[in-house]
Amino acid sequence: MFDDLSSKFGDIFDRLRGRGALSEKDVAAALREIRVALLEADVSLSVVKQFIDVVREEAVGQAVLRSVTPGQMVVKIVHDQLVKMLGPEDAKINLNASPPVPIMLVGLQGAGKTTTAGKLASHLRNKENKRVLLAGLDVARPAAQEQLLVLGEEVGVDSLQPVFGEQPVGIAKRAMETAKREGFDAVILDTAGRLAIDHELMMEVALVRDTVEPAETLLVADALSGQDAVTTAQAFNDKVGITGIVLTRIDGDSRGGAALSMRAATGCPIKLMGVGEKLDALETFQADRIAGRILGMGDVVGLVEKAAETIDREEAEKTARRALKGQFTLEDLAEQLAQIKKMGDMQGLLSMLPGVGKMKKQIADANIGDKTITHQEAIIMSMTPKERRNPKILNAKRRQRIANGSGTSVQDVNRLLKQHKQMAQMMKKMGKMGKKGLMGAMPPMAGMPGIAGGMPPIKHQPQ
Amino acid sequence: MSYPDKDAKAGWVSRLKSGLSRTSQNLNYNLDGLLNKRRLDEKLLEELEDILIAADLGLSTATKLTTKLARTHLNGAISTGEVKEALADAIAEILGPVAKPFVPNPTLKPHVVLFCGVNGSGKTTTIGKLAHALTRDGKTVVLAAGDTFRAAAAEQLQIWGERTGSQVFAKDPGTDPASLVFDALTLAQKQSADVLLIDTAGRLQNRGELMAELQKTIRVMQKIDETAPHTCLQVLDATVGQNAHSQVEIFSNLINVDGLVLTKLDGSAKGGVLVALADKFSLPVYAIGVGEQSEDLQSFDAREFANSLLGIEAN
Repeated sequence: MFDDLSSKFGDIFDRLRGRGALSEKDVAAALREIRVALLEADVSLSVVKQFIDVVREEAVGQAVLRSVTPGQMVVKIVHDQLVKMLGPEDAKINLNASPPVPIMLVGLQGAGKTTTAGKLASHLRNKENKRVLLAGLDVARPAAQEQLLVLGEEVGVDSLQPVFGEQPVGIAKRAMETAKREGFDAVILDTAGRLAIDHELMMEVALVRDTVEPAETLLVADALSGQDAVTTAQAFNDKVGITGIVLTRIDGDSRGGAALSMRAATGCPIKLMGVGEKLDALETFQADRIAGRILGMGDVVGLVEKAAETIDREEAEKTARRALKGQFTLEDLAEQLAQIKKMGDMQGLLSMLPGVGKMKKQIADANIGDKTITHQEAIIMSMTPKERRNPKILNAKRRQRIANGSGTSVQDVNRLLKQHKQMAQMMKKMGKMGKKGLMGAMPPMAGMPGIAGGMPPIKHQPQ
Repeated sequence: MSYPDKDAKAGWVSRLKSGLSRTSQNLNYNLDGLLNKRRLDEKLLEELEDILIAADLGLSTATKLTTKLARTHLNGAISTGEVKEALADAIAEILGPVAKPFVPNPTLKPHVVLFCGVNGSGKTTTIGKLAHALTRDGKTVVLAAGDTFRAAAAEQLQIWGERTGSQVFAKDPGTDPASLVFDALTLAQKQSADVLLIDTAGRLQNRGELMAELQKTIRVMQKIDETAPHTCLQVLDATVGQNAHSQVEIFSNLINVDGLVLTKLDGSAKGGVLVALADKFSLPVYAIGVGEQSEDLQSFDAREFANSLLGIEAN
């Protein structure tokens, strides 16, 4: 449809007629882009390489959905594969042990362990109805134990009173004894941040592990992490043995590729994610959400699927051919509007597009919405068939009649006609230009991006 | 808990080495595996690029460096040492202009330093370490506990105050940080302290309301001293990936960031993102953190950083 016109017109007939399955060349071109996207998202290089190999095998030969470009198809395969690798989604905190169930949090300095301990305590109490004891084992960072005490108070969970000078193993023992004696269901052990290469401190946490035999050893890791995430996760898994991952700072604007690296490196499920500073901002892991972020492509996949369901390819093709000969009529425009509307509400549709988050304000300012489209449809419907095919005959009187008929103003009618004229000219120009550089020649069409873009192209630069 | 005060200078160098050597071990291993006198062809360049990417340098900086290497050495036989030297030269060239030690201006009473950054990057610890260095030089230091959000952040700073003999100005949790900073600056002026180090709550750069709070804090302190803060330092964690670009970009767009501090370089994290940041933003790097102890803050040396990153022994 019009994404072809706006981005890759030259390929259109080619694609419509010939292409049934993804060729190696299609896949290779798309995968180069995917590689960059993954690296920019901080997925570790080794994981990127494995991943690309898997996808390449998967993708070659797969049928391309009728209304989708090969690039988009590869993105969908990549996305599905990402979700698969990031999953499973419903990995719950394991509480299947005789109470009190020990849960130990480990990780680097500043990953968010103490805050997560507070959030997890609140989560287990409110959602699982458990009586939780918080124990601060961090004797290295100044005031870390005080921090946990305050958090415990805030969420209304009991904390083990720190004893000055007590060492982590001793604290862990005392926590378990206290919990047993006082009938707690679970004990959350907040350990000090440590570097995975700090042998002494890793031994210490292993000793704590041997003392309490935790049902869960959760690696708390920052979603902002870079390439080193994979090293860290591996080291913690090798030396302490982890059972799951908690991903923090998901509310930041990082792409979160570290999640994939750590998942791949340890084989441990991502169980929870921290989504804000408030103490209830802890959610169960959603692979879908992270996969979309890692690709940085919004929900292109959802869009592709929607397009496949709703757009009538043959109709679109006919329109496109006519348009290129400069025969883009208001009827065609109406057809366009109807197609866009079929795909769902405008805001929702736009929010699926990559990079649109930043544009929200502009969208609001431009006043694009379902209403705009409905009004524009009404204007066209209030015209006679003759008028729709030949807008030139629309004089002031006819315009007034159309405005009255559609419940809009003459200005609205004029605006629509102007837009239509611009679009028709543009398409004619594109028809002449043929294959190259269409995007550059497109003026912004205020108020009607859905039409200028049609089915929006994903960021895909054929190389 | 008290830390033994080690011999400062020797401690610094050996710590930097031991911290960075882990980084370079990785990079070294990769490089050595790659290059026993090979012809520098496209394939080798691509492998080099991969190694730099794995060190968090990011795609564009990695490409820039390998392209530079290609310009001088393409198709020549090259040894590991030569590749390392050439890459270290290129990295040092990027980093050289950004190395800038922190020196308080003695005419300012106090020289106001504001610390900002995302959560968990190491602001409070860096302040503690800087206070240690400054008080050791005989400066009077006031610490302002401007993180009134995180539980026990003020207590954490309090302990650093005790360790370093600095006065700590704190208020109740939940206090408006702007008013706290106003009072802290008033106090520091009255005492004509040499330096005022202001801690702030960690905030993710995409949280508009929290960034606005930081802007307000600065506006309010400027009611007392128009030129404050005299130095605004953004603290970055060496484990951070490409999100560092967004962090630096947004913080420096919204407040006037004067320079960076890179923390946690004693881990296995490569800290290579610093090269990319220097390349892109040219913000000075004031200090690096290489451990949890008082003396584990060092001024940043471009050549040493580049050498250590690539595993080149200093002569």
